[in-house]
Amino acid sequence: MQKVNNKWIKLGVEVLILAALFTLVQYLITAGLLKQYYQISLASMCINVILAVSLSLINGFTGQLSLGHAGFMAVGAYIAAIMTNMLDLPFITGIVAACLGAGLAGFIIGVPTLRLKGDYLAIATLAFGEIIRVTLQNIDYVNGPAGIMGISKLSTWSWLFGGAIITIVVIVNLVNSSYGRAIISIREDEIASELMGINTTKYKVLAFVVGAGFAGLAGALYAHYFYIIKPETFNFLKSFDILVMVVLGGLGSTTGAIIAALFITALTAALQSFPAIRMVLYALILIIVMIYRPQGLMGNKELSMKIFGRIWGGRN
Amino acid sequence: MLEFAQQIVNGLSLGAIYALIALGYTMVYGIIKLINFAHGDIMMVGALVGYFSLTLLGTNIFVAMLAAMIACAVFGVLIEKIAYRPLRNSTRIAALITAIGVSLFLEYFTIFLFGPAQKVFPETAFPIKAYAVGGLSILNKDVFVFVSAVVLMLILQYIIKWTKTGKAMRAVSLDREAAVLMGISVDKTISITFAICSALAAAAGVMLGVYYNTVNPLMGIIPGLKAFVAAVLGGIGIIPGAMVGGFVMGLLETMVSGYGNSLYRDAVAFGVLIFILLIKPSGIFGEDTGEKV
Repeated sequence: MQKVNNKWIKLGVEVLILAALFTLVQYLITAGLLKQYYQISLASMCINVILAVSLSLINGFTGQLSLGHAGFMAVGAYIAAIMTNMLDLPFITGIVAACLGAGLAGFIIGVPTLRLKGDYLAIATLAFGEIIRVTLQNIDYVNGPAGIMGISKLSTWSWLFGGAIITIVVIVNLVNSSYGRAIISIREDEIASELMGINTTKYKVLAFVVGAGFAGLAGALYAHYFYIIKPETFNFLKSFDILVMVVLGGLGSTTGAIIAALFITALTAALQSFPAIRMVLYALILIIVMIYRPQGLMGNKELSMKIFGRIWGGRN
Repeated sequence: MLEFAQQIVNGLSLGAIYALIALGYTMVYGIIKLINFAHGDIMMVGALVGYFSLTLLGTNIFVAMLAAMIACAVFGVLIEKIAYRPLRNSTRIAALITAIGVSLFLEYFTIFLFGPAQKVFPETAFPIKAYAVGGLSILNKDVFVFVSAVVLMLILQYIIKWTKTGKAMRAVSLDREAAVLMGISVDKTISITFAICSALAAAAGVMLGVYYNTVNPLMGIIPGLKAFVAAVLGGIGIIPGAMVGGFVMGLLETMVSGYGNSLYRDAVAFGVLIFILLIKPSGIFGEDTGEKV
């Protein structure tokens, strides 16, 4: 009984903290106390959290190295922008269509490529991501390389924050379910998990499709926050950026991915004032962190209330 | 028919450049199983060294190429020592991220030092002449690129096949632990591999400068990716595969821009990659190895 109670209390505390955070920022924005610069940073943080957590499902938990995440983000961004901007449909239809469309793209790409392993899979996903970008560049309906401009700014703080929370909740619950155990067993040893009767292809594709779908969500939110989307935004460097967050946070750690996404976004925003040296410092930090902490900031551990409890109450 | 032959002539020199870069990818992958994403940027550094040697020191193109090769060989060894060696025993993905970091560092540090602008390769260093051979027009720069690339590949083949160093490189890539037991210094062999690969990339960079007439800090990205595709096409880790793959990519690219839509040039490269990965992931020359438990 005690255990069940603790679980509900924990959940309650978490919901309270998140609600307080949400209301605080919402109040600051509506009261006009938050500068544009910080608002943009917060929006980027939410979008990057969605991207990092969804990629961490594919790379961290399933152990399938994917380098094409920006491609799915592009699919979502374009579908949502077409829906709202060109067809005048409500934002929610755009978002749902973006998730489904990106998920479908993930399915189409995942089924043939997930037979590949390790580096080959990485290369194939990189190539698919680039093909999506080049294809978008050559479609006149979406203005080719110029991209879609003047997308209405529909991504409010509620959408961004809600999107990030939904992504985290869905992926954490997926990972902790029986599906999640099957997925993690593939990462640990694919042959062994196949011998235990797990349909590895099914679970790999499932993880890939879910990850791609949430990347689509991130794309839709991105398009409706920054007014403009161009194919060039979603090149392989963007995929690398997301991968960096996942690896920096620690493969197989959702909280790690979240922390790294927040850290990298804050770092990028902070370095904005030194434009000349920004990318140099970013690259150096990346190299140094990797050399001294190759397993990432969190390893495969999760940051939880337990650790806070330990810090608070000393060692118990 | 004549036009087709002309396209082949144009494609051969581009293919030779891709082949030289692809060799670097394939050899590094063969020896430490790392996709060296910084390789294209080492090529860019080589091109810049060549450019400064031509403009500031006023050397001729061959000296410039040699200077670029020596500078990049040292540079490549340093990168391996500082960034890749500490990660040799950690996960592959950590090394991959480090390679991406090195790549970004090289690109943006060069921009920081020299600015992002295109630099025009001095024409006096290499006056363009066209020869008419049986209806075909052959530019002297194409001949220069093709011949020097082939010479470099022959030298490489000699080193790998006939020298002790080459034997050590082959041994380390086959089985690192066994190589250590045979008294081969793995660190030294890996350093030499990086030196050779970076020197080849530098030569390719100078050639690319001659070929496109410009150099800039981000010039390494796209040729780097294409050369990487070439390495996979031939079978990553296999030296003759990289050469063949490079020429195939070069020819394909000129064919697509010659006959089709040049906007799809890059998409075709990746299409080829997907095709080969789905049909035969180990590449044209690769052997399918079964999975071991």
